[in-house]
This record gives sequence, C-alpha cells and structure tokens, in this order.
Amino acid sequence: MTQALAFLYNPHRFMAFSAWAAPILGALALGLATAGLWLGFTAPEDYQQGDTVRIMFIHVPAAWLGLFVYLCLGGASFLSLVFRQALADAAARAAAPLGAVFTGLALVTGSLWGKPMWGTWWVWDARLTSVFVLFLFYLAYMALRAAIDDEAKGARAAAILALVGLVNIPVVHWSVEWWNTLHQGRTVFAAGGSRAASVFLVPLLLMSLSYMAGFGSLWLVRIRGEVWRRRAAAAESRLAR
Amino acid sequence: MNPALGLLRREIAIAWGRGGGLMVTGGFFAGATLLLPLASGPEPERLAQIAPGAAWTVLALSALLGLERLFERDYEDGALDLMAHASLPLEFTCALKCLGHWLATGAPLAVLAPLAAIALGASPALAPLLFACALAGGLAFAFTGGIGAALSLGARRGGLLTAVIVLPLFVPPVIFGGGALHALDSGLPWRAGFALLGAYAAAAVALGPLAMAAACRNALS
Repeated sequence: MTQALAFLYNPHRFMAFSAWAAPILGALALGLATAGLWLGFTAPEDYQQGDTVRIMFIHVPAAWLGLFVYLCLGGASFLSLVFRQALADAAARAAAPLGAVFTGLALVTGSLWGKPMWGTWWVWDARLTSVFVLFLFYLAYMALRAAIDDEAKGARAAAILALVGLVNIPVVHWSVEWWNTLHQGRTVFAAGGSRAASVFLVPLLLMSLSYMAGFGSLWLVRIRGEVWRRRAAAAESRLAR
Repeated sequence: MNPALGLLRREIAIAWGRGGGLMVTGGFFAGATLLLPLASGPEPERLAQIAPGAAWTVLALSALLGLERLFERDYEDGALDLMAHASLPLEFTCALKCLGHWLATGAPLAVLAPLAAIALGASPALAPLLFACALAGGLAFAFTGGIGAALSLGARRGGLLTAVIVLPLFVPPVIFGGGALHALDSGLPWRAGFALLGAYAAAAVALGPLAMAAACRNALS
C-alpha cells in the first residue's frame, strides 16, 4: 500500500499511470453497470415492496460511496497535511465534489424510495439524518476551499477541516443512531450472514463495484485535470515574469 | 502576573465588553425565543411540548454569534502573530481564548436558557438539567466553534463560513442534550444523554485546540 502510494507520488508516473487506468476503470464501470442494471430489472418483484425495490440498486451503492469517498478525502487530506504532498491535495480537492454528488444521489433516491414505501418524502430517522450531515460536511469542505483566496492556505485549512470531519463522522453517525432508529436495520452485512435474497444481492454487488470503478475513473480524471490546471497556472506565472 | 491568567482575563474582557457580551448574545437569545410562539401559535399545550427543544436549539444558534470575533480581530491587528511566538504554546492560547469566550457568553446563556424554556411553558422541573446541559453544551459549542473560527481566518465572508463549518459539528451535542431533556420530560432515565454530552464536551476541549492551533499557524504562515 505504502509502496503503491510512493509510486504514485511522482506526478509524472501518476500521469502515465492514470492515462490508461482512468479509461479502463470507466469501461469497467459501464460494463458492470450494464450487467447490474440488467439483472436488477429482470429480478422478480419483492413480495412487500413490488417494483420499487429496484431503487435499491441505485440508492444503496450511492450511500456506501458517499461514506467511502469521505474516507478517501480524509486519507488524502492526511497525506497532504502531514507529508505536504501536492498530489494528495489535488486528490482531496478532486474527491470532494464527487462525494457530494454520491451523497446527494443517495438522499434524492432515498427520498423517492421513501414516498411509496413509508408514504412520505422524508423522515427524520437515523440513516437519513446522518447521510444529510455527511452532505453538509462535504458542503463545508468545498465552501471553505472556495472562500480562501490563497490556494496553499486554503488547501491546508480544508485538509484540517477534513480531518476534523473524519473524527466527527463516526460520532455523528453513532449519535444519530442513538437518537432515533426507524430505518430498517442492517440487511446486507447483518450478523449471521446476509438476509437479502441472492437475486437482489448479485445485482446490488455488481452495481456497487460499478460505482466504485466509476468513482475511481472520475477521480483519476479530476486529479489529472487538477494537475494540468496547476501546470498551466505555473506556466502562466513564469510567463508573467 | 501569570501570563495564562492575564490572557484569560483579556479574552473575557474582549468577549464581554465592546459591544459584545451579554447584551448582544442575550438579546439575540431573547429575540429568537420570542419568534417561536409568534411563528407556531400561542397554544400553551403545543408550546410546552417543544419548549425544551426550542430553548436548546436557540442556545446552539446563539453560540455561533461571537465566534467571528474569537480570532479575526487578533489576526487582523497582529496580536495573533505575537501569541504564536509567545512562550505559551499556541494550543494552550487557543484553549484559553475559547474558555474566555465561554465564560463571557456561554455561561450567562446557561442561566437564560431555563428561563426561556419556562416562559415557553416547559415544566420548571426541567430547569436544573437544562442549566447543566447548557453549561456543558456551551463548552462543547465554544471549543468546536473555535475550530470553525480559526479555519475561516483570512476567508471571504468569514462569519457565514464559520457557521457553515460549525453547524454539522454541533449535531452530536445537540442530540445528546436534547435527548437528555426529552428523557427527563417523559420520565425516562436521562443520565446517559447527559453523560454523552459531557463526554463530547471533554473531547472537544481536549482535541479542539490542536486543530485550532494548526489552523492559526496555517493562516499566519
């Protein structure tokens, strides 16, 4: 792991690696999504939820990814803060909007799922509320980054905030759980094996892998864009002198 | 004079005087409390139900008020630079600033919060717990709020940004305090919520200054 990171620290090697890794991951995401959606739409209707159960294949991976991307954001911020890695900072900056989109997608699809199932667009239950707070963490990160004109200072301030959030997210999650539990409990990773039927589990797994690959691809593309932007800015300032 | 005590006294004086202090935060607290029955109707039964939670929410919002002044003035006039190079560690200085802020604004609000809740129709039996929750919660609000204030140094629209950063961090203490109050109100055991609130406040006091000092050094660099 550390060796892989050390390999990627070098921007030239990173650019060479990502130039072929990003399209491959993107193609993988599309392929997995096609298979996952096909299986998802041909799966039998749930005996309780009917057709609406298919929202799960969009909704659940988005919620997982929302959390996973925050871990990536926190890890990258740690590397940029402690080891002053410019590339790690580019990765953190690139991850934040993606995470916000996944979290937003989880909120919107959850709301669309809640209307037929619970009869309401939104309930203040534990899962929804903690995903909502996660969304606010992403917004705060991006707002702080955008509001500080000095780019290096803004990057470090945002990295500190990301680490504060990393410590706080488990606390928020647990406190919200303590506050109220109405959402259905753990299903896929429940103790004593999964309680979901395999007709639903396989497409869910495929969709999750597809989301992961899609995130990886978009992340690499965004980091590449960030590296190009910085090179352009550096060239511009050289020319100005 | 002991430098730490001197600094604490200075922070309290700044937070309390010069147009800050109880007149402003207390006025905001009273005004926001006033809006609630005006907006939701004056029926006593309904108000009594939401009174403890409303007082607790208004308290959390009031804690945002003075945060902008916590580091911004010292940053602009150069005092923060001196503090960063003083013999006291910057972490300790940040902790003292938050402590002074809490003593000058958070602690007095803890007296006002039970009054507001009772005025809204909460049972007077809730008053001691609300007072204790407001004291512990105020400490948590001051120390997590300090992180937001230090991070938004040098940012455009710093005050608004501080609120956006800090409000998600206020979620756990608001839940724990509100949970304890609700439990006492409905005759359930309330100690767990209060203990968790205290734990969050203690963690904020212990860890918050590290983040604040890192953020101040970054802004000064």
